[in-house]
Amino acid sequence: MNRRTLLATVAAATIVSTAAWADDAVTAGFIFIGPVGDGGWTYEHNQGRLAVEEAYGDKVKTVYQENVPESADAERAITQMALAGADIIFTTSFGYMDPTLAVAAKFPNVKFEHATGYKQADNVATYSARFYEGRAVQGHIAGNMTKTNKIGYIASFPIPEVIRGINAAYIHAKEVNPDVEFSVVWAYTWFDPAKEADAARALIENGADVVLQHTDSTAPQAAAKEAGNVITFGQASDMADYGPMPRVSSIIDNWGPYYVDRVGAVMDGTWTSGNTWDGIAPGMVGIGEISDAVPAEVKASALALKDSIASGEYHTFTGPLKKQDGSDWLADGETADDGTLAGMNFYVEGITADIPN
Amino acid sequence: MDLSSISPVLLVASIMVSATPILFAAIGELVVEKSGVLNLGVEGMMITGAVVGFAVAVNTESPLVGFVAAAVAGAVLSLAFGFLTQHLLSNQVATGLGLTLAGLGLSALIGKPYEGMKSPTLPKLDLGPLSDIPGVGKMVFSHDIMVYVSILLVAAVWAFLKFTRGGLILRAVGESHDSAHALGYKVVRVRMIAILFGGACAGLGGAYLSLVRVPQWTEGMTAGAGWIALAIVVFASWRPWRILIGAYLFGGVTVLQLNLQAAGAKVPVALLSASPYLITILVLVIISARGAHGAPASLGRVFHASN
Repeated sequence: MNRRTLLATVAAATIVSTAAWADDAVTAGFIFIGPVGDGGWTYEHNQGRLAVEEAYGDKVKTVYQENVPESADAERAITQMALAGADIIFTTSFGYMDPTLAVAAKFPNVKFEHATGYKQADNVATYSARFYEGRAVQGHIAGNMTKTNKIGYIASFPIPEVIRGINAAYIHAKEVNPDVEFSVVWAYTWFDPAKEADAARALIENGADVVLQHTDSTAPQAAAKEAGNVITFGQASDMADYGPMPRVSSIIDNWGPYYVDRVGAVMDGTWTSGNTWDGIAPGMVGIGEISDAVPAEVKASALALKDSIASGEYHTFTGPLKKQDGSDWLADGETADDGTLAGMNFYVEGITADIPN
Repeated sequence: MDLSSISPVLLVASIMVSATPILFAAIGELVVEKSGVLNLGVEGMMITGAVVGFAVAVNTESPLVGFVAAAVAGAVLSLAFGFLTQHLLSNQVATGLGLTLAGLGLSALIGKPYEGMKSPTLPKLDLGPLSDIPGVGKMVFSHDIMVYVSILLVAAVWAFLKFTRGGLILRAVGESHDSAHALGYKVVRVRMIAILFGGACAGLGGAYLSLVRVPQWTEGMTAGAGWIALAIVVFASWRPWRILIGAYLFGGVTVLQLNLQAAGAKVPVALLSASPYLITILVLVIISARGAHGAPASLGRVFHASN
């Protein structure tokens, strides 16, 4: 972040707070949960915003607001953006779901795009990425790499997206290493570096030598680096600054093409509501460079897993799988349907912890 | 429940790191309150210290210089509080709250360019043979220098208040500013010095957060630590060594709840997350019930020589 972007932020805020602007350009607004400099989730959404600017140049204007809490404040921020004349607004956190719907009802001519949610309307589309496909690859590497057989997982909130990630990682870690155990710490925040760092340390001190995170900051990477013999994975963004150790690979969210596509649809009037859920194959989920800290054969099998998911030949949740309580979930060879995945609220068999409610 | 995976040695070491920011802020606030001033702006001064310390450490590549800058920044901000409350006789509670808001906003502005950057971290001190003692060495004698500075500071404040003439004057000013004034002590000057000291300590605490504990700069990263520091001063009934106990207890519960989760304890997570705050409330209730508060008699009262 330099002074120019700071000025741009200030300018954007001024524009948002003053009034509508000339109508010749389409305006795309973005609501962010953290700062664009978080190095993770919000950073990647902002990269998507920049891709939109890059693609359309003068024909598009983008505005954004950072650090919008998932509370009544969200509704205020979205309303303000709609009032200021945004044509399409991307709300980029799960907790913005109801606020987005509420504002959308008041602004039928503005298009809304809510990330990771499941409620749509005529002018509200939802989109998400199949992060769990990336989690499978991480689990595969983690299961192979762990020496203590303990894998730590910093979870944010007990919502389906997070639970899906834990299950996907666990299944694929267990597949290559039957002795593997998961300890999950719920941080109840998407972004609180001090807490994320403390959580990572707690996991490491309890014997975990792999830390997976589903929170947005790079603090767990810093904690793992300090500890030494611990590996981590970049979350949402490559977090390459922490490679080759502790960060051995990453899940990269690539929102750019989707944002460019959707803003383009608003420009030519073809935008319709819908639900987009893309994974590794279309490139919405990327697997960051697997570093040299990973043995060559593990790297090769991880990439093979990635390729088989991308080609559609393998589904991350393929039976036989049982639920945590021992009841049957998927029969041999059966794959999970999107409805079940979207509402996943159970652990698979073998995870010992309980999901908090 | 298998708690054997929690290592007591590492747990204590984490607790010391986790408690240091609030220990700094609380020991500073103790001195301020002992002089009869209630500064509720600890959170604001802490976060200003966090951002300034981080920025300076990144630019100079020296964490120690960052800590010095953080102390100066905290002191400068507290100077504004001191000027308003001691010279313009404004309400201390309102001014302190204002200071917190100002500090949060100011830090967000200063910190914008530093988001996502990494800072040079403070090396662990090598205390030679002490660090090599099995168990205890790793537990207590292998931290960075600021952990020890914070403990020494507690000892220094204790000795200052108990054994020195300056400490006696400070306490006199806090107990009865009119008497102290009648004896010829400069009440306002003593209080200004105490306020500056409190600001510097809060700044150090903030810098410890951004330079060692995380280490990273993020907007709003103190997340209420300043308020905890204020509560700890009351918890400690204004006694330095009890500040140490209070800070370590709070840091301990925070770290312990994450460790219990990591070890798979079957305790409701929401309860664990709330436990540090619950314990703070509980202790405050016990102290209030006992009646002996030990608060300086002139705490929060406005002083003017003409009264």
